[in-house]
Amino acid sequence: MTQEVEEFETENKPTGKSKKPESVSSLLKYTLVGTIFGIVFVKAEVISWFRIQEMFRLQSFHMYGVIGTAVAVGVISIQLIKRLKIKTLSGEPIEVPGKTFQKGQLYGGLIFGIGWAITGACPGPLFAQIGSGFGAVSITLLSAIAGTWVYGAIQDKLPH
Amino acid sequence: MEIIKNPWHWSVAGLLIGLTVPVLLILGNKSFGISSNLRHICAACIPANIGFFKYDWKKEAWNLFFVAGVLLGGFIGTHFMTNPQAIVINPQTIHDLTALGVKDFSNLMPNDIFSFGTLFSLRGFFFFVVGGFLVGFGTRYAGGCTSGHAIMGLSNLQLPSLVATVAFMVGGFVGTHFLLPLILK
Repeated sequence: MTQEVEEFETENKPTGKSKKPESVSSLLKYTLVGTIFGIVFVKAEVISWFRIQEMFRLQSFHMYGVIGTAVAVGVISIQLIKRLKIKTLSGEPIEVPGKTFQKGQLYGGLIFGIGWAITGACPGPLFAQIGSGFGAVSITLLSAIAGTWVYGAIQDKLPH
Repeated sequence: MEIIKNPWHWSVAGLLIGLTVPVLLILGNKSFGISSNLRHICAACIPANIGFFKYDWKKEAWNLFFVAGVLLGGFIGTHFMTNPQAIVINPQTIHDLTALGVKDFSNLMPNDIFSFGTLFSLRGFFFFVVGGFLVGFGTRYAGGCTSGHAIMGLSNLQLPSLVATVAFMVGGFVGTHFLLPLILK
């Protein structure tokens, strides 16, 4: 295994900092945030295959508007958190880990982009599509899990 | 009621999605990113002694709780806050997709592609199995998806995330303009 792959391993490692698993009642707050998120996906039609097609055909501003606004809000929020040294609810300093460049962002990014155009879904909307009643999309999800598994199995043979 | 039932404007959606970034950080120092779930599911269910899946996924369980919420939100948004009108799609997009053989434009997803009926056809194989595989493989290879790179990474002004986001878009353009016509034939 080359140095590069090892570095990538560290970057791609889950970033949880908690010492022990959190209790279920404490984790339910993330379900609440996820629920709001899922509602937004449906109500703004982000889960629609047609909206994704409009985006990649440059025929609607909708998805660019959604992502652009989200990034703008995110940038301002992180700047405020960093400058005002805002802490978490439990008083920990907030850490935002950086990303290290590796070739996977290019190759993997292209592969995901093709899949995004075909399925009309990123991993988030996949779950919302299923919840929305498109049961057949569960097969897409199972296949995405399989894709992740195959990546894990052949990771050290791929350029990083 | 009208506000709830009508489709939401992109700025409202963007604002709420963007706010997920600080909310998760403040709630528990969590970096927004959804595709990691697929990895946690592998680690929990089929680790198969692969190094990439040997970690304590339970410490990352928040992410699984989050997507359970996304699923629930998808249900609530559809069943209790329904838009009674058919989705409004750009006529040009309808024209282009009709030329490729798509017939049903009434729902958020074309029913003539994304239903159990097409699942076992060659078309279904590409849309569900191949498409899903590319999403799962690509996001993990890239180290994140639209949420982890395009939203979280760009919000944190990370250059690697910009590379990934541009790659997502280029892949999407290639998929839409070169591969979809072949698959839909």
